[in-house]
Amino acid sequence: MEGNIAELGQFVGAGLAAIGSGAAAIGVGHVAGNYLAGALRNPSAAASQTATLFIGLAFAEALGIFSFLVALLLMFAV
Amino acid sequence: MAGESTSVEHVADAAAHGAEASGAGMPQLDFSTFPNQIFWLLVTLVVIYIVMSRIALPRIGAVLAERAGTITNDIAAAEELKQRAEEAEAAYEKALADARAEAGRIVAEAKAEIQAQLDIELQKADAEISAKTAESEKAIADIRDGATKSVTQVAKSAAKDIVAALGGSADAATVTAAVNARMKG
Amino acid sequence: MASETHGEETGGLVFHPLDQFIVKPLFGEGPIHWYTITNVTLWMAIAVVAIVALFVMGSRGRAIVPTRTQSVGELVYGFIYKMVEDVTGKDGVKYFPYIMTIFVFILFANFLGLIPMSFTTTSHIAVTAVLGFGVFTIVTLIGFYKHGFHFLGLFWMSDAPAILRPIIAIIEVISYFVRPVSHSIRLAGNIMAGHAVIKVFAGFAAIAAISPVSIVAITAIYGLEVLVAGIQAYVFTILTCVYLKDALHPGH
Repeated sequence: MEGNIAELGQFVGAGLAAIGSGAAAIGVGHVAGNYLAGALRNPSAAASQTATLFIGLAFAEALGIFSFLVALLLMFAV
Repeated sequence: MAGESTSVEHVADAAAHGAEASGAGMPQLDFSTFPNQIFWLLVTLVVIYIVMSRIALPRIGAVLAERAGTITNDIAAAEELKQRAEEAEAAYEKALADARAEAGRIVAEAKAEIQAQLDIELQKADAEISAKTAESEKAIADIRDGATKSVTQVAKSAAKDIVAALGGSADAATVTAAVNARMKG
Repeated sequence: MASETHGEETGGLVFHPLDQFIVKPLFGEGPIHWYTITNVTLWMAIAVVAIVALFVMGSRGRAIVPTRTQSVGELVYGFIYKMVEDVTGKDGVKYFPYIMTIFVFILFANFLGLIPMSFTTTSHIAVTAVLGFGVFTIVTLIGFYKHGFHFLGLFWMSDAPAILRPIIAIIEVISYFVRPVSHSIRLAGNIMAGHAVIKVFAGFAAIAAISPVSIVAITAIYGLEVLVAGIQAYVFTILTCVYLKDALHPGH
Protein backbone atom coordinates (compact mmCIF):
# COMPACT_ATOMS: atom_id res chain seq x y z
CA MET A 1 0.00 0.00 0.00
CA GLU A 2 2.95 2.32 0.65
CA GLY A 3 3.72 4.90 -1.96
CA ASN A 4 0.88 3.97 -4.30
CA ILE A 5 -0.57 7.29 -5.37
CA ALA A 6 -3.45 5.64 -7.23
CA GLU A 7 -4.66 3.87 -4.11
CA LEU A 8 -4.33 7.05 -2.13
CA GLY A 9 -6.56 8.73 -4.65
CA GLN A 10 -9.05 5.89 -4.40
CA PHE A 11 -9.33 6.13 -0.65
CA VAL A 12 -9.54 9.92 -0.62
CA GLY A 13 -12.18 9.76 -3.31
CA ALA A 14 -14.11 7.14 -1.40
CA GLY A 15 -14.03 9.32 1.69
CA LEU A 16 -15.27 12.30 -0.26
CA ALA A 17 -18.03 10.26 -1.81
CA ALA A 18 -19.12 9.16 1.62
CA ILE A 19 -19.94 12.81 2.42
CA GLY A 20 -22.85 12.32 0.07
CA SER A 21 -24.36 9.82 2.50
CA GLY A 22 -24.41 12.52 5.14
CA ALA A 23 -26.08 14.91 2.73
CA ALA A 24 -28.70 12.30 1.99
CA ALA A 25 -29.22 11.90 5.72
CA ILE A 26 -30.01 15.62 5.91
CA GLY A 27 -32.49 15.19 3.09
CA VAL A 28 -34.17 12.22 4.72
CA GLY A 29 -34.41 14.09 7.99
CA HIS A 30 -35.93 17.04 6.18
CA VAL A 31 -38.61 14.89 4.56
CA ALA A 32 -39.47 13.11 7.80
CA GLY A 33 -39.43 16.32 9.84
CA ASN A 34 -41.67 18.18 7.45
CA TYR A 35 -44.04 15.25 7.34
CA LEU A 36 -44.20 15.22 11.13
CA ALA A 37 -44.78 18.98 11.26
CA GLY A 38 -47.58 18.68 8.75
CA ALA A 39 -49.03 15.65 10.49
CA LEU A 40 -49.15 17.47 13.81
CA ARG A 41 -50.92 20.40 12.22
CA ASN A 42 -53.48 18.22 10.54
CA PRO A 43 -53.44 14.74 12.07
CA SER A 44 -56.51 13.60 10.16
CA ALA A 45 -54.69 13.94 6.84
CA ALA A 46 -51.51 12.25 8.08
CA ALA A 47 -52.55 8.65 7.48
CA SER A 48 -53.38 9.27 3.84
CA GLN A 49 -49.93 10.67 3.15
CA THR A 50 -47.74 7.90 4.56
CA ALA A 51 -47.26 6.41 1.09
CA THR A 52 -46.07 9.78 -0.20
CA LEU A 53 -43.79 10.03 2.81
CA PHE A 54 -42.15 6.73 2.03
CA ILE A 55 -41.76 7.56 -1.64
CA GLY A 56 -40.10 10.85 -0.70
CA LEU A 57 -37.86 9.10 1.79
CA ALA A 58 -36.91 6.53 -0.82
CA PHE A 59 -35.98 9.17 -3.38
CA ALA A 60 -33.93 11.15 -0.90
CA GLU A 61 -32.24 8.03 0.36
CA ALA A 62 -31.50 6.63 -3.10
CA LEU A 63 -29.15 9.51 -3.84
CA GLY A 64 -27.26 8.84 -0.64
CA ILE A 65 -27.03 5.21 -1.62
CA PHE A 66 -25.58 6.29 -4.95
CA SER A 67 -22.75 8.14 -3.24
CA PHE A 68 -22.21 5.18 -0.96
CA LEU A 69 -22.00 3.02 -4.04
CA VAL A 70 -19.45 5.32 -5.58
CA ALA A 71 -17.41 5.02 -2.40
CA LEU A 72 -17.64 1.25 -2.51
CA LEU A 73 -16.67 1.16 -6.17
CA LEU A 74 -13.64 3.31 -5.48
CA MET A 75 -12.64 1.17 -2.54
CA PHE A 76 -13.12 -2.24 -4.03
CA ALA A 77 -13.74 -2.19 -7.72
CA VAL A 78 -11.50 0.39 -9.36
CA MET B 1 -13.45 -7.48 -12.61
CA ALA B 2 -12.48 -3.95 -13.43
CA GLY B 3 -8.87 -4.82 -12.76
CA GLU B 4 -8.74 -7.02 -15.80
CA SER B 5 -9.34 -4.11 -18.11
CA THR B 6 -6.87 -1.64 -16.65
CA SER B 7 -3.27 -1.00 -17.59
CA VAL B 8 -0.43 -3.41 -17.47
CA GLU B 9 1.13 -1.69 -14.47
CA HIS B 10 -2.04 -2.12 -12.50
CA VAL B 11 -2.15 -5.80 -13.34
CA ALA B 12 1.41 -6.10 -12.19
CA ASP B 13 0.50 -4.24 -9.03
CA ALA B 14 -2.37 -6.55 -8.37
CA ALA B 15 -0.12 -9.53 -8.90
CA ALA B 16 2.33 -8.07 -6.41
CA HIS B 17 -0.41 -7.62 -3.84
CA GLY B 18 -1.42 -11.17 -4.43
CA ALA B 19 -4.60 -12.64 -3.13
CA GLU B 20 -5.53 -9.60 -1.07
CA ALA B 21 -5.96 -7.37 -4.07
CA SER B 22 -7.66 -9.96 -6.21
CA GLY B 23 -10.03 -11.05 -3.46
CA ALA B 24 -11.07 -7.53 -2.58
CA GLY B 25 -13.42 -6.87 -5.45
CA MET B 26 -17.09 -6.27 -5.07
CA PRO B 27 -18.86 -9.62 -5.44
CA GLN B 28 -21.80 -7.64 -6.81
CA LEU B 29 -19.74 -6.68 -9.84
CA ASP B 30 -18.42 -10.15 -10.53
CA PHE B 31 -20.10 -10.53 -13.87
CA SER B 32 -19.28 -14.23 -14.12
CA THR B 33 -21.96 -14.93 -11.53
CA PHE B 34 -24.65 -12.85 -13.21
CA PRO B 35 -26.13 -15.52 -15.50
CA ASN B 36 -26.39 -17.85 -12.54
CA GLN B 37 -28.14 -15.30 -10.35
CA ILE B 38 -30.46 -14.13 -13.08
CA PHE B 39 -31.40 -17.67 -14.03
CA TRP B 40 -32.22 -18.70 -10.50
CA LEU B 41 -34.03 -15.43 -9.83
CA LEU B 42 -36.25 -15.97 -12.85
CA VAL B 43 -36.95 -19.53 -11.75
CA THR B 44 -37.82 -18.27 -8.27
CA LEU B 45 -40.05 -15.50 -9.53
CA VAL B 46 -41.91 -17.80 -11.88
CA VAL B 47 -42.45 -20.33 -9.12
CA ILE B 48 -43.66 -17.65 -6.71
CA TYR B 49 -45.88 -16.12 -9.38
CA ILE B 50 -47.48 -19.45 -10.19
CA VAL B 51 -47.95 -20.34 -6.55
CA MET B 52 -49.39 -16.90 -5.81
CA SER B 53 -51.69 -16.47 -8.77
CA ARG B 54 -52.90 -20.07 -8.95
CA ILE B 55 -53.19 -21.12 -5.33
CA ALA B 56 -52.52 -18.59 -2.63
CA LEU B 57 -54.16 -15.39 -3.81
CA PRO B 58 -57.47 -16.87 -5.03
CA ARG B 59 -57.71 -18.86 -1.83
CA ILE B 60 -57.00 -15.93 0.47
CA GLY B 61 -59.26 -13.71 -1.60
CA ALA B 62 -62.05 -16.27 -1.33
CA VAL B 63 -61.55 -16.57 2.41
CA LEU B 64 -61.63 -12.81 2.83
CA ALA B 65 -64.74 -12.50 0.65
CA GLU B 66 -66.40 -15.32 2.54
CA ARG B 67 -65.55 -13.68 5.82
CA ALA B 68 -66.89 -10.36 4.62
CA GLY B 69 -70.08 -12.15 3.54
CA THR B 70 -70.35 -13.95 6.85
CA ILE B 71 -69.84 -10.72 8.75
CA THR B 72 -72.48 -8.95 6.65
CA ASN B 73 -74.91 -11.82 7.21
CA ASP B 74 -74.17 -11.92 10.89
CA ILE B 75 -74.68 -8.19 11.18
CA ALA B 76 -77.98 -8.51 9.35
CA ALA B 77 -79.00 -11.39 11.61
CA ALA B 78 -77.96 -9.43 14.65
CA GLU B 79 -79.95 -6.46 13.38
CA GLU B 80 -83.01 -8.65 12.95
CA LEU B 81 -82.56 -10.19 16.37
CA LYS B 82 -82.22 -6.74 17.87
CA GLN B 83 -85.43 -5.67 16.19
CA ARG B 84 -87.17 -8.73 17.50
CA ALA B 85 -85.85 -8.06 20.95
CA GLU B 86 -87.15 -4.53 20.71
CA GLU B 87 -90.53 -5.81 19.62
CA ALA B 88 -90.56 -8.26 22.51
CA GLU B 89 -89.64 -5.48 24.87
CA ALA B 90 -92.46 -3.32 23.54
CA ALA B 91 -94.90 -6.20 23.96
CA TYR B 92 -93.63 -6.78 27.44
CA GLU B 93 -93.99 -3.10 28.26
CA LYS B 94 -97.51 -3.13 26.92
CA ALA B 95 -98.41 -6.24 28.93
CA LEU B 96 -96.95 -4.64 31.98
CA ALA B 97 -98.91 -1.45 31.45
CA ASP B 98 -102.09 -3.48 30.90
CA ALA B 99 -101.45 -5.46 34.02
CA ARG B 100 -100.84 -2.25 35.92
CA ALA B 101 -104.08 -0.75 34.66
CA GLU B 102 -105.95 -3.98 35.50
CA ALA B 103 -104.42 -4.05 38.92
CA GLY B 104 -105.36 -0.43 39.46
CA ARG B 105 -108.87 -1.14 38.34
CA ILE B 106 -109.15 -4.15 40.65
CA VAL B 107 -107.78 -2.17 43.52
CA ALA B 108 -110.22 0.65 42.87
CA GLU B 109 -113.09 -1.81 42.60
CA ALA B 110 -112.09 -3.53 45.77
CA LYS B 111 -111.71 -0.21 47.46
CA ALA B 112 -115.15 0.90 46.31
CA GLU B 113 -116.69 -2.36 47.39
CA ILE B 114 -115.01 -2.21 50.73
CA GLN B 115 -116.07 1.40 51.07
CA ALA B 116 -119.64 0.51 50.27
CA GLN B 117 -119.62 -2.37 52.66
CA LEU B 118 -117.99 -0.21 55.24
CA ASP B 119 -120.61 2.44 54.76
CA ILE B 120 -123.37 -0.11 55.12
CA GLU B 121 -121.75 -1.58 58.18
CA LEU B 122 -121.22 1.88 59.61
CA GLN B 123 -124.81 2.79 58.99
CA LYS B 124 -125.94 -0.45 60.53
CA ALA B 125 -123.67 0.09 63.44
CA ASP B 126 -124.85 3.66 63.79
CA ALA B 127 -128.44 2.55 63.70
CA GLU B 128 -127.75 -0.15 66.22
CA ILE B 129 -125.87 2.24 68.41
CA SER B 130 -128.64 4.81 68.22
CA ALA B 131 -131.24 2.14 68.93
CA LYS B 132 -129.23 0.91 71.87
CA THR B 133 -128.75 4.46 73.04
CA ALA B 134 -132.43 5.15 72.83
CA GLU B 135 -133.18 1.94 74.70
CA SER B 136 -130.63 2.77 77.33
CA GLU B 137 -131.97 6.28 77.67
CA LYS B 138 -135.42 4.91 78.03
CA ALA B 139 -134.20 2.44 80.64
CA ILE B 140 -132.38 5.20 82.46
CA ALA B 141 -135.47 7.34 82.33
CA ASP B 142 -137.57 4.48 83.68
CA ILE B 143 -135.09 3.83 86.41
CA ARG B 144 -135.01 7.52 87.27
CA ASP B 145 -138.81 7.70 87.34
CA GLY B 146 -139.00 4.58 89.43
CA ALA B 147 -136.41 5.96 91.80
CA THR B 148 -138.19 9.27 92.11
CA LYS B 149 -141.46 7.50 92.81
CA SER B 150 -139.84 5.27 95.37
CA VAL B 151 -138.14 8.21 97.01
CA THR B 152 -141.46 10.06 97.17
CA GLN B 153 -143.22 7.07 98.63
CA VAL B 154 -140.44 6.46 101.14
CA ALA B 155 -140.41 10.10 102.02
CA LYS B 156 -144.20 10.11 102.49
CA SER B 157 -144.22 7.09 104.69
CA ALA B 158 -141.19 8.28 106.58
CA ALA B 159 -142.76 11.69 107.05
CA LYS B 160 -145.98 10.10 108.23
CA ASP B 161 -144.08 7.90 110.60
CA ILE B 162 -142.02 10.79 111.91
CA VAL B 163 -145.11 12.91 112.40
CA ALA B 164 -146.82 10.01 114.20
CA ALA B 165 -143.79 9.50 116.38
CA LEU B 166 -143.82 13.14 117.31
CA GLY B 167 -147.32 12.61 118.56
CA GLY B 168 -149.11 14.45 115.97
CA SER B 169 -151.30 13.18 113.37
CA ALA B 170 -151.02 14.13 109.87
CA ASP B 171 -153.37 13.48 107.15
CA ALA B 172 -152.05 11.95 104.00
CA ALA B 173 -152.87 14.87 101.76
CA THR B 174 -150.82 17.37 103.66
CA VAL B 175 -147.86 15.09 103.90
CA THR B 176 -148.00 14.34 100.24
CA ALA B 177 -148.14 18.00 99.38
CA ALA B 178 -145.22 18.80 101.65
CA VAL B 179 -143.12 15.94 100.25
CA ASN B 180 -143.89 16.85 96.71
CA ALA B 181 -142.97 20.45 97.46
CA ARG B 182 -139.71 19.29 98.95
CA MET B 183 -138.99 16.90 96.11
CA LYS B 184 -139.31 19.64 93.68
CA GLY B 185 -137.14 21.96 95.65
CA MET C 1 -12.71 -14.92 -8.61
CA ALA C 2 -15.55 -15.39 -6.22
CA SER C 3 -14.41 -18.86 -5.33
CA GLU C 4 -11.01 -17.62 -4.26
CA THR C 5 -10.36 -17.30 -0.59
CA HIS C 6 -8.35 -14.78 1.30
CA GLY C 7 -5.01 -16.41 1.75
CA GLU C 8 -3.29 -13.82 3.88
CA GLU C 9 -4.89 -13.24 7.23
CA THR C 10 -2.14 -11.05 8.57
CA GLY C 11 -3.72 -10.47 11.97
CA GLY C 12 -4.94 -7.18 13.41
CA LEU C 13 -7.88 -5.45 11.84
CA VAL C 14 -8.85 -7.30 8.71
CA PHE C 15 -12.07 -6.18 7.17
CA HIS C 16 -13.75 -8.22 4.52
CA PRO C 17 -17.18 -6.68 4.74
CA LEU C 18 -18.11 -7.78 1.25
CA ASP C 19 -17.16 -11.44 1.62
CA GLN C 20 -20.69 -12.23 2.73
CA PHE C 21 -21.93 -11.36 -0.75
CA ILE C 22 -19.69 -13.82 -2.60
CA VAL C 23 -21.60 -16.23 -4.78
CA LYS C 24 -20.19 -19.71 -4.45
CA PRO C 25 -21.23 -23.13 -5.64
CA LEU C 26 -23.01 -25.14 -3.05
CA PHE C 27 -21.34 -28.41 -3.98
CA GLY C 28 -17.61 -28.47 -4.64
CA GLU C 29 -15.53 -25.86 -6.35
CA GLY C 30 -15.37 -24.75 -9.90
CA PRO C 31 -16.64 -22.20 -12.35
CA ILE C 32 -20.16 -20.86 -11.96
CA HIS C 33 -22.30 -21.66 -14.96
CA TRP C 34 -25.80 -20.40 -15.32
CA TYR C 35 -27.20 -23.69 -14.06
CA THR C 36 -24.78 -24.21 -11.16
CA ILE C 37 -26.50 -24.67 -7.84
CA THR C 38 -25.07 -21.90 -5.68
CA ASN C 39 -25.89 -20.25 -2.41
CA VAL C 40 -28.11 -17.94 -4.47
CA THR C 41 -30.16 -20.98 -5.41
CA LEU C 42 -30.25 -22.18 -1.83
CA TRP C 43 -31.52 -18.93 -0.33
CA MET C 44 -33.98 -18.28 -3.11
CA ALA C 45 -35.30 -21.80 -2.58
CA ILE C 46 -35.61 -21.12 1.13
CA ALA C 47 -37.53 -17.95 0.30
CA VAL C 48 -39.87 -19.92 -1.94
CA VAL C 49 -40.38 -22.54 0.76
CA ALA C 50 -41.11 -19.84 3.33
CA ILE C 51 -43.56 -18.10 1.01
CA VAL C 52 -45.33 -21.37 0.26
CA ALA C 53 -45.43 -22.16 3.96
CA LEU C 54 -46.97 -18.80 4.79
CA PHE C 55 -49.41 -18.34 1.95
CA VAL C 56 -50.32 -21.87 0.93
CA MET C 57 -49.89 -23.99 4.06
CA GLY C 58 -51.06 -21.15 6.28
CA SER C 59 -54.31 -20.71 4.43
CA ARG C 60 -54.90 -24.43 3.96
CA GLY C 61 -57.72 -24.45 6.48
CA ARG C 62 -59.62 -21.67 4.66
CA ALA C 63 -60.88 -20.83 8.10
CA ILE C 64 -63.39 -18.06 8.61
CA VAL C 65 -61.74 -17.41 11.95
CA PRO C 66 -58.08 -17.48 10.83
CA THR C 67 -55.20 -19.20 12.49
CA ARG C 68 -52.13 -17.10 13.27
CA THR C 69 -50.28 -18.01 10.08
CA GLN C 70 -53.33 -17.50 7.95
CA SER C 71 -53.99 -14.12 9.48
CA VAL C 72 -50.43 -13.00 8.71
CA GLY C 73 -50.94 -14.07 5.10
CA GLU C 74 -54.23 -12.23 4.97
CA LEU C 75 -52.59 -9.16 6.46
CA VAL C 76 -49.96 -9.08 3.70
CA TYR C 77 -52.63 -9.74 1.07
CA GLY C 78 -54.84 -6.96 2.35
CA PHE C 79 -51.92 -4.55 2.67
CA ILE C 80 -50.69 -5.02 -0.89
CA TYR C 81 -54.19 -5.20 -2.33
CA LYS C 82 -55.10 -1.91 -0.72
CA MET C 83 -51.85 -0.35 -1.92
CA VAL C 84 -52.45 -1.44 -5.51
CA GLU C 85 -56.04 -0.27 -5.38
CA ASP C 86 -55.20 3.09 -3.80
CA VAL C 87 -52.26 3.95 -6.01
CA THR C 88 -53.17 2.54 -9.41
CA GLY C 89 -56.92 2.58 -9.17
CA LYS C 90 -59.46 -0.10 -9.96
CA ASP C 91 -57.94 -1.09 -13.29
CA GLY C 92 -54.58 -1.82 -11.67
CA VAL C 93 -56.02 -4.62 -9.55
CA LYS C 94 -55.53 -6.94 -12.52
CA TYR C 95 -51.75 -6.74 -11.98
CA PHE C 96 -52.06 -7.50 -8.28
CA PRO C 97 -50.51 -11.03 -8.47
CA TYR C 98 -47.45 -9.65 -10.23
CA ILE C 99 -46.94 -6.92 -7.63
CA MET C 100 -47.63 -9.36 -4.83
CA THR C 101 -44.95 -11.70 -6.25
CA ILE C 102 -42.38 -8.91 -6.29
CA PHE C 103 -43.30 -7.78 -2.79
CA VAL C 104 -43.20 -11.16 -1.10
CA PHE C 105 -39.98 -12.13 -2.85
CA ILE C 106 -38.17 -8.96 -1.78
CA LEU C 107 -39.63 -9.08 1.70
CA PHE C 108 -38.63 -12.67 2.29
CA ALA C 109 -35.22 -12.28 0.67
CA ASN C 110 -34.53 -9.23 2.84
CA PHE C 111 -35.63 -10.87 6.05
CA LEU C 112 -33.94 -14.18 5.33
CA GLY C 113 -30.76 -12.24 4.62
CA LEU C 114 -30.86 -10.92 8.17
CA ILE C 115 -30.34 -14.40 9.55
CA PRO C 116 -26.69 -14.57 10.61
CA MET C 117 -24.45 -16.48 8.17
CA SER C 118 -27.11 -16.31 5.51
CA PHE C 119 -26.81 -14.98 1.99
CA THR C 120 -28.85 -11.98 0.94
CA THR C 121 -30.01 -12.39 -2.62
CA THR C 122 -31.46 -8.88 -2.86
CA SER C 123 -28.08 -7.34 -2.07
CA HIS C 124 -26.92 -8.23 -5.57
CA ILE C 125 -27.33 -5.72 -8.32
CA ALA C 126 -27.87 -8.54 -10.79
CA VAL C 127 -30.99 -9.62 -8.89
CA THR C 128 -32.45 -6.18 -8.22
CA ALA C 129 -31.65 -5.03 -11.75
CA VAL C 130 -33.67 -7.90 -13.15
CA LEU C 131 -36.51 -6.91 -10.85
CA GLY C 132 -36.18 -3.20 -11.62
CA PHE C 133 -35.78 -3.54 -15.37
CA GLY C 134 -38.50 -6.18 -15.37
CA VAL C 135 -40.87 -3.67 -13.81
CA PHE C 136 -39.68 -1.02 -16.25
CA THR C 137 -40.19 -3.25 -19.29
CA ILE C 138 -43.57 -4.54 -18.20
CA VAL C 139 -44.84 -1.10 -17.28
CA THR C 140 -43.65 0.41 -20.56
CA LEU C 141 -45.23 -2.42 -22.56
CA ILE C 142 -48.49 -2.00 -20.66
CA GLY C 143 -48.39 1.72 -21.36
CA PHE C 144 -47.90 1.26 -25.09
CA TYR C 145 -50.40 -1.58 -25.24
CA LYS C 146 -53.11 0.42 -23.45
CA HIS C 147 -52.56 3.82 -25.01
CA GLY C 148 -50.43 3.23 -28.06
CA PHE C 149 -48.72 6.37 -29.21
CA HIS C 150 -50.58 8.47 -26.63
CA PHE C 151 -48.42 6.92 -23.96
CA LEU C 152 -45.70 9.34 -25.04
CA GLY C 153 -47.96 12.10 -23.73
CA LEU C 154 -46.49 11.14 -20.37
CA PHE C 155 -43.42 13.15 -21.40
CA TRP C 156 -45.22 16.03 -23.04
CA MET C 157 -46.54 18.51 -20.49
CA SER C 158 -49.44 20.06 -22.32
CA ASP C 159 -50.05 22.61 -19.58
CA ALA C 160 -46.47 23.91 -19.53
CA PRO C 161 -45.40 27.00 -21.51
CA ALA C 162 -44.74 26.05 -25.13
CA ILE C 163 -41.08 27.04 -25.05
CA LEU C 164 -40.36 24.91 -22.03
CA ARG C 165 -42.15 21.84 -23.30
CA PRO C 166 -39.25 20.30 -25.25
CA ILE C 167 -36.88 20.87 -22.34
CA ILE C 168 -39.32 19.35 -19.90
CA ALA C 169 -39.85 16.48 -22.29
CA ILE C 170 -36.12 15.76 -22.38
CA ILE C 171 -35.93 15.88 -18.61
CA GLU C 172 -38.96 13.64 -18.32
CA VAL C 173 -37.50 11.11 -20.74
CA ILE C 174 -34.20 11.04 -18.86
CA SER C 175 -35.96 10.66 -15.54
CA TYR C 176 -38.10 7.92 -17.03
CA PHE C 177 -35.04 5.94 -18.10
CA VAL C 178 -33.26 6.55 -14.80
CA ARG C 179 -36.19 5.02 -12.95
CA PRO C 180 -35.17 1.35 -13.29
CA VAL C 181 -31.58 2.20 -12.36
CA SER C 182 -32.51 4.04 -9.21
CA HIS C 183 -35.25 1.52 -8.53
CA SER C 184 -32.85 -1.42 -8.51
CA ILE C 185 -29.80 0.28 -7.01
CA ARG C 186 -31.86 1.66 -4.14
CA LEU C 187 -32.80 -1.80 -3.01
CA ALA C 188 -29.42 -3.44 -3.55
CA GLY C 189 -27.56 -0.45 -2.10
CA ASN C 190 -29.67 -0.27 1.04
CA ILE C 191 -29.38 -3.93 1.79
CA MET C 192 -25.68 -4.13 0.90
CA ALA C 193 -24.85 -1.01 2.92
CA GLY C 194 -26.58 -2.30 6.02
CA HIS C 195 -24.97 -5.70 5.85
CA ALA C 196 -21.52 -4.23 5.13
CA VAL C 197 -21.82 -1.84 8.08
CA ILE C 198 -22.72 -4.72 10.37
CA LYS C 199 -19.68 -6.61 9.12
CA VAL C 200 -17.43 -3.60 9.69
CA PHE C 201 -18.60 -3.30 13.27
CA ALA C 202 -18.14 -7.03 13.65
CA GLY C 203 -14.51 -6.51 12.59
CA PHE C 204 -14.07 -3.97 15.38
CA ALA C 205 -15.29 -6.57 17.86
CA ALA C 206 -11.92 -8.30 17.49
CA ILE C 207 -10.35 -5.59 19.62
CA ALA C 208 -11.14 -6.42 23.23
CA ALA C 209 -11.31 -2.83 24.46
CA ILE C 210 -14.04 -1.69 22.11
CA SER C 211 -15.83 -4.96 21.55
CA PRO C 212 -18.76 -4.14 23.91
CA VAL C 213 -19.37 -0.90 22.02
CA SER C 214 -19.12 -2.78 18.78
CA ILE C 215 -21.62 -5.40 19.87
CA VAL C 216 -24.09 -2.76 21.04
CA ALA C 217 -23.64 -1.02 17.69
CA ILE C 218 -24.24 -4.25 15.81
CA THR C 219 -27.43 -4.79 17.78
CA ALA C 220 -28.65 -1.27 17.05
CA ILE C 221 -27.83 -1.50 13.36
CA TYR C 222 -29.42 -4.91 13.17
CA GLY C 223 -32.63 -3.37 14.49
CA LEU C 224 -32.34 -0.64 11.88
CA GLU C 225 -31.77 -3.26 9.21
CA VAL C 226 -34.93 -5.11 10.18
CA LEU C 227 -36.77 -1.86 9.64
CA VAL C 228 -34.95 -1.19 6.36
CA ALA C 229 -35.70 -4.70 5.09
CA GLY C 230 -39.42 -4.09 5.46
CA ILE C 231 -39.36 -0.50 4.26
CA GLN C 232 -37.32 -1.26 1.14
CA ALA C 233 -39.71 -4.03 0.15
CA TYR C 234 -42.56 -1.59 0.69
CA VAL C 235 -40.84 1.19 -1.22
CA PHE C 236 -39.96 -1.05 -4.15
CA THR C 237 -43.56 -2.22 -4.33
CA ILE C 238 -45.17 1.18 -4.00
CA LEU C 239 -42.85 2.63 -6.64
CA THR C 240 -43.85 -0.24 -8.91
CA CYS C 241 -47.46 0.76 -8.28
CA VAL C 242 -46.66 4.41 -9.03
CA TYR C 243 -44.96 3.51 -12.32
CA LEU C 244 -47.86 1.25 -13.18
CA LYS C 245 -50.25 4.11 -12.50
CA ASP C 246 -48.25 6.31 -14.88
CA ALA C 247 -48.59 3.65 -17.54
CA LEU C 248 -52.32 3.18 -16.98
CA HIS C 249 -53.14 6.89 -16.68
CA PRO C 250 -50.37 8.72 -18.54
CA GLY C 251 -52.21 12.07 -18.50
CA HIS C 252 -50.84 14.39 -15.87
